[in-house]
Amino acid sequence: MVTGNAIAIRQASKRLGHQTMRFETAPAVVASASVVGLREGQGPLGRYFETILEDERYGERCWEQAESRILKEAVNTALGLAGWKEDELDALISGDLLNQISASNFASRNTQMPFLGIFSACATIAEGLLLAATLLEAGVAARVIAAASSHHEAAERQFRYPNEFGAQRPMTAQWTATAAGAIALGLPADGGGGAGWGAAADGSTGEAQLLPRITFATVGKVVEMGQKDPYDMGTAEVPAAWDTLLAHFRETGRDPAYYDLILTGDLARIGSEIFREGMRRRGLDVSSRHMDCGVLLYRPEQDVHAGGSGAGCAASVLASYILKEMRKGRFRRVLFVGTGSLHNPVSIQQGEPIPTIAHAVAIEA
Amino acid sequence: MERGGRFHTKSAELLAQVTWEVAGLPDPEEERKRQAAEFAALAAQYHPHPPLARNLIFAFLVGGSICAIGQLFIALFQSLGMTDVQASARASITLLALGSLLTGLGVYDEIGRVGGAGAAIPITGFANSIVSPAMEYRTEGLVFGFAARLFSIAGPVVTFGILAAMASALIRFLVTG
Repeated sequence: MVTGNAIAIRQASKRLGHQTMRFETAPAVVASASVVGLREGQGPLGRYFETILEDERYGERCWEQAESRILKEAVNTALGLAGWKEDELDALISGDLLNQISASNFASRNTQMPFLGIFSACATIAEGLLLAATLLEAGVAARVIAAASSHHEAAERQFRYPNEFGAQRPMTAQWTATAAGAIALGLPADGGGGAGWGAAADGSTGEAQLLPRITFATVGKVVEMGQKDPYDMGTAEVPAAWDTLLAHFRETGRDPAYYDLILTGDLARIGSEIFREGMRRRGLDVSSRHMDCGVLLYRPEQDVHAGGSGAGCAASVLASYILKEMRKGRFRRVLFVGTGSLHNPVSIQQGEPIPTIAHAVAIEA
Repeated sequence: MERGGRFHTKSAELLAQVTWEVAGLPDPEEERKRQAAEFAALAAQYHPHPPLARNLIFAFLVGGSICAIGQLFIALFQSLGMTDVQASARASITLLALGSLLTGLGVYDEIGRVGGAGAAIPITGFANSIVSPAMEYRTEGLVFGFAARLFSIAGPVVTFGILAAMASALIRFLVTG
């Protein structure tokens, strides 16, 4: 059943195995920006964020428009840091949790940015990064921004209860982050086309700064293991993370020790433990090098229970702490595995289990 | 398979089963169920038990305090010369008003977070379940937001309350005539 075209793709060695892509041009992260809410700003990563909100409504009349504004601000900040103008951007790839990804749709209305809307829940930024890298690799775009957002109050009222309703959350529940992250990707030869990190990496600034580049991506399959509890998404996403990571290591020939950091987002505390145990049982011990965005974003005493979630959680952690520390050389080889629960409120009410997905993106500096 | 009706579905299932057995492979559907069960067993080992003792104590304290406040209001209204029925009705209304006020001030969800059912079951919890959607959905307009979704949480309580009242009235009618 393999067509001539498929053979050609295999021979070009950009395609490894069934799910993995190799980016020969290694598109570079030329800038990244994040905007977060007050609670996220008070978390351990507070100093890495560009903007911390004082008002969760951000001066807007509803939570949804506030999320849209946060996302827009993150994208505009990334544009500014990259030294690009709006009309120089070849594509904005963005997604969020609101119905019909409306935060992204509204954030990009009446802008000059060609827009691609995507959805894979908390894994949205991973999908965005791998699609952005694909566009750059194909040579059909030179400057792309991948972005994602979520807003706690907007997500609560869509997926759960009104915000002022006094419900008690179980210990497995995760806290949808009020956050947006935007990551600007360009071809290094282009120098990012502006100021950006690309220019700095050429030695124009005194301090040595590394340029994180996207080298591989493993596209996940939708996995469902019978988990039905929307207050325990971290657990539901674990089998998808296993599936994608196994494919990644098998198809690239790498093993976990190759990476300094295997970053999932967002399995949270309980999901992370199950994830590590399952990887150990599969002969791939990741315990010493695994972190999770949902665990990183908040302090345990912030009463978020199992940790953070939401499309903005992984996006903001990646765009702030991870990529900035990669620039400084603290992490050189990071495998980012975005994990998402793909249910909606109707499917949960109808008793259907939660389909989940995980996409892996290798970022190396 | 959808068009074939029960007979066709049954025979298709049987054929699939036989095919897998002949090929010496596990039935993929059975295999998936086995994997799901195995995963659920692993996940259960890592799931924390809810802090039951703490939750029970807080539910008792919060629920008890709300009821004690209600009792205080009854005593207050009685001392003003009201009958028991009049005082109870006014105490309920006062608690509803307080529950609504605390919801509006953004306090009641914090009480509910700590008190659980102790905050949900008393009449103040009912007020919270009405006022919180009113606040949340007012951005969607007076008719389709506020009015249509006002009972989105309390609706089942009202529905089954009316059903239970009708059933008990019917039983009473049949028994006592």
